[in-house]
Amino acid sequence: MDYNLESNVRGLFVLGEANFSDHGANRLGASALMQGLADGYFVIPYTIGNYLAQVKPESITADHGAFAEARENVNAMTKKLLGINGRKTPREFHRELGTIMWEHVGMARSDASLKRALELIPVLRDEFWQNVRVVGTDADLNQELERAGRVADFLDFAELLATDALHRKESCGGHFRVEYQLPGGEARRDDDNYSYVGAWGYQGVGKVPTLYKEPLVFENIHLGIRSYK
Amino acid sequence: MNLNLFVWRQKGPAEPGKLEEIKATDVTPDMSFLEMLDEVNERLVHESKDPIAFDHDCREGICGTCSQVINGVPHGPREKTTTCQLHMRNFKDGDSIYIEPWRAKAFPIVKDLIVDRSALDRIIQAGGYISAHTGGTPDVNATLIPKPYADLAMDAAECIGCGACVAACPNGSAMLFTAAKVSQFAYLPQGKPEAARRVCLMTEAMVQEGFGNCSNHYECEAACPKGIKVSFIAKLNRELMKARFKK
Repeated sequence: MDYNLESNVRGLFVLGEANFSDHGANRLGASALMQGLADGYFVIPYTIGNYLAQVKPESITADHGAFAEARENVNAMTKKLLGINGRKTPREFHRELGTIMWEHVGMARSDASLKRALELIPVLRDEFWQNVRVVGTDADLNQELERAGRVADFLDFAELLATDALHRKESCGGHFRVEYQLPGGEARRDDDNYSYVGAWGYQGVGKVPTLYKEPLVFENIHLGIRSYK
Repeated sequence: MNLNLFVWRQKGPAEPGKLEEIKATDVTPDMSFLEMLDEVNERLVHESKDPIAFDHDCREGICGTCSQVINGVPHGPREKTTTCQLHMRNFKDGDSIYIEPWRAKAFPIVKDLIVDRSALDRIIQAGGYISAHTGGTPDVNATLIPKPYADLAMDAAECIGCGACVAACPNGSAMLFTAAKVSQFAYLPQGKPEAARRVCLMTEAMVQEGFGNCSNHYECEAACPKGIKVSFIAKLNRELMKARFKK
């Protein structure tokens, strides 16, 4: 993403909470809200106009290969979810996943808790795909189907979250690894090894994702340790 | 608590609908009305029955998505409270509760308790905006706005666009909604240049969408979860009259 808030996908702008570039990990409620205000008031009104002035709407059809592929995927997923007809509701799976995340991938997490989460999540995901009960059909509005699709996503995302937290052997922002703390209980960062922003590339269900790194370079203001005491 | 729910069930816009009796068991007073329905739906899914479709989003009374007529009153019995903020402590064990969708010609039913409220969006699209570039943040007191007008604009801007006013009105009128959306601009200097055009376009869109007119029942104000006052409808009429004379 560049200074105009445009991502590397042309015409896709990233604002607010999703924009991580200015100060590392955004924290809900504090910097994320400020980021939303700053991006919304001061950046995007100028930069998106510049983009829109350069493009003209084209007529698009549903013939594109990517569209056909996406439609096929959605249809296959819908059919699969409706066909399982198991015994547990999507909401029950959601609650169970929530409990795993609450217990093992909370703000204070450890090597052992994250490894435990990474054992539990795939088991729950396997059970979901064999035992979820999605009532109704795909012919009308089906809120249970929508919920099941979201829970399926959460199951994959929860695993990624735990994988990332296990990988980052330091404490930083909302990520507090109990093994990495200063004597007074403050977070102990490891700037030598983790001063980068990372993005994980999805490789398929249950496969280890690929880490892409972009180093954080501080030319004028250097990283320091903030003390709240 | 155990409750007897009578819920409007309708498979689709063209299908016939009817009230269906559904039991809600083991309801606790601390549940919100929507949480009570969530629990009922869980049971229905376990029984392989179709769960009750209903709209919801923020569940903290600010998004305007939840839309249920509870015992004949949009958003239920508590004043200035959305359905999501209504708690079961307002009901008693053994109560019968009638739950229906917003009913209005301009709000076609999608399924069960879900209605299509995009007609309200189209009223906004017709003119509920300021097209002028308002520039950066101005210096304090550079544009003087009398306090009563600032307060009225804020009161109007409280509207969350839920459509309870339409559901409450015997004429299915969206006058309170449109009045709030017109007034929030009409009281402020930034809204003045386009005021005449805006009020004409928005009221025209309102009529075209099939909403009725106001005949002073005041049901809308009573049902509004944000307490928007009917005096804004007077403001709307005044703005429209001014615009007509300008033409």
